Amino acid sequence: MQLSVPVLPASASPLEQAKKFLPLRAMEALGITLAAVLVAMVLFGLFVALWGYNPLTVYATMWKGSFGTWFNAQRSLTQAAPLLLTGLCVALPLRLGMVIIGGEGAFLLGALAAAVAGHQLAGSSPIVSVLGMTLAGGVVGGAWIALSGGLRQFRGVNETISSLLLNYVALNILLHLVYGPLKDPLEPRDPSTHSIGANVKPFLAEFLGWRVHWGFGIGIAACVALYFLMHHTVVGFASSIVGGNVRAARVAGLSISKLTILICFLGGACAGIAGMLEMATGSGKANEKLAVGYGYEGILVAFLARGNPLAIIPVAIFLGGIKSGGYLLQTNPDLKLPNAAIMVLQGFIFLTVLGAETFYGRFGFFKRKEA
Amino acid sequence: MWDVLANTTDPNYWGIPVAIVGGALRVSAPYLYVSLGEMLTEKSGRINLGLEGTLMMGAMSGYAVSSLTGSAVLGALVAALAGALFGMLHAFLCGRPRVNDIAVGIALMIFGIGLASFIGKPYIQPKNKPSLFPDVPLAPWTAADSIVRANLQINVLLIVGIALVPLIAWALKNTRWGLVLRSVGENADTARAMGYSVNTVRLLATMAGGTLAGVGGAFLTLSMTQGWNDGLANGTGLMAVALVIFARWKPFNCLWAALLFGGAGAIAPAMQSVNVTQGRYLFQMIPYVLTLAVMIATSSPKRQMIGIPDELTRAR
Repeated sequence: MQLSVPVLPASASPLEQAKKFLPLRAMEALGITLAAVLVAMVLFGLFVALWGYNPLTVYATMWKGSFGTWFNAQRSLTQAAPLLLTGLCVALPLRLGMVIIGGEGAFLLGALAAAVAGHQLAGSSPIVSVLGMTLAGGVVGGAWIALSGGLRQFRGVNETISSLLLNYVALNILLHLVYGPLKDPLEPRDPSTHSIGANVKPFLAEFLGWRVHWGFGIGIAACVALYFLMHHTVVGFASSIVGGNVRAARVAGLSISKLTILICFLGGACAGIAGMLEMATGSGKANEKLAVGYGYEGILVAFLARGNPLAIIPVAIFLGGIKSGGYLLQTNPDLKLPNAAIMVLQGFIFLTVLGAETFYGRFGFFKRKEA
Repeated sequence: MWDVLANTTDPNYWGIPVAIVGGALRVSAPYLYVSLGEMLTEKSGRINLGLEGTLMMGAMSGYAVSSLTGSAVLGALVAALAGALFGMLHAFLCGRPRVNDIAVGIALMIFGIGLASFIGKPYIQPKNKPSLFPDVPLAPWTAADSIVRANLQINVLLIVGIALVPLIAWALKNTRWGLVLRSVGENADTARAMGYSVNTVRLLATMAGGTLAGVGGAFLTLSMTQGWNDGLANGTGLMAVALVIFARWKPFNCLWAALLFGGAGAIAPAMQSVNVTQGRYLFQMIPYVLTLAVMIATSSPKRQMIGIPDELTRAR
């Protein structure tokens, strides 16, 4: 009888060594996603070649515009900031088996509530302003998504459809208020709410001394914190039981209603805070220019990250880089691509990555060896 | 703000209902086409949220082809083909196991808007004016008065769309194809046991939906705005998804709902014509709130909405 200690042989291949550090499932996700992105980039390369552009120049320009220089990399991270939080708004309910696509509405109303709070708090210290605005944006955004969750739980209303409808309700509430009751009369050209305190924007402007606003840091912190909540606490474990089998969860005595409302509220709060941050670090007032679709992009971020809050971080940074690289595609005098080129590339990437979902579990390569 | 309506002795105020009805007729065709298409897709048990992108592709390709060939009908046909291809892409991806239809739909929405904007750039100011679909007076008596005539016109594409409504309603109810489509949407396992390929039926239903949305797009450029720009659809395709729910998956309801949504959008401009500018966005909110109210009223914790294809309520 010999005592066997699972020690890797000295001649362990790089793959086996890598297995020590990365769990197999993460490796599978990484491999499949990277392959899908590669396919998308080849397809987009063919597409631009078809229209007479040199794909290599296009990609070189995009690299330079996204992460090639530190200046542009900072712009990429700034673009990624709202996506981190709106991605969470979809990823958290996904764990419960709910597809909520109302992040846009929570984002807009969060920004609106924060602008109102920020205007009231103008004159106080920036930290008080930011805390008050975060609270306002988070509570309103959270309540907005919790409404969809509650309708699902107590009335059986399909949460995907109700949250989609609530996006339009939110947009029209925002428009009604900024064109009507909340309009700043001193701003006739661009109907907006009153401005928040002028000391907030410089306060939030530099995260770690970079030219990246604090939204990025807050987004990363939220992703990490909610990863621990969803993967290493009782709440997260209970959520995955509900998502996996509602009847089993009921038998186990879980309070499904409370859990649903809580998770939806947390997700909505993230989107609301994203709205607050975009508003506070942008024009400092709420108006219709906030509705540029960060909430909708968050849906794709969450699906590309397969609902894992930690995976949202690289996905959001990648998408931020693509958007940032797009600026250079338009301005580069050799290319002058239409700005829609970026949407086409995003479309290719989303379609291939989502389609590649079907390859999970099909490669024996990633399967755990039976002992 | 309603007090102005009390003063109806002023002939100007008669313009409001005429303008609302006229507006409903003018803008309801895209809603009608997209919602009929989405209804067919959803009847098969799948949601295609990408019809906004399909609508834009239809609008762009219809306009471009009409401009190149001088034939509006050819434009609409190419728009229909583009829509069918987009529907095919959606159905192909969603036909694989574990691929989520909602996410693919949003990806297709972004792809379609981007592609239409990219390809359509030269057609913002086209070399040749495209030929358009003509308007006809609603009825002989509306041709008599010039103001009423200007408002109450109906486009030939809308007439085609309205004619499709009873046809689709009849086909869904009385034909074998309709029965297969409904059974796949209600219970895929049963349909499979009966020997039908669920994926093929959904492929055809999604392609049919895309085709109709493509024609709806052609209406946008070849009748409504009579020009192409990349902000054209502005949410119409997504709204039509809401409209299908409001219509509770019934073809005739899609028609009434399209007119209602179109009319609600026309209230605000009509009120503006008599200098009432407040509450514009509250009017625009009405269709969504109504849809939500219908959903809440017809759902209960024990069962999903009345009329919803059962497969839509299953998490995949």
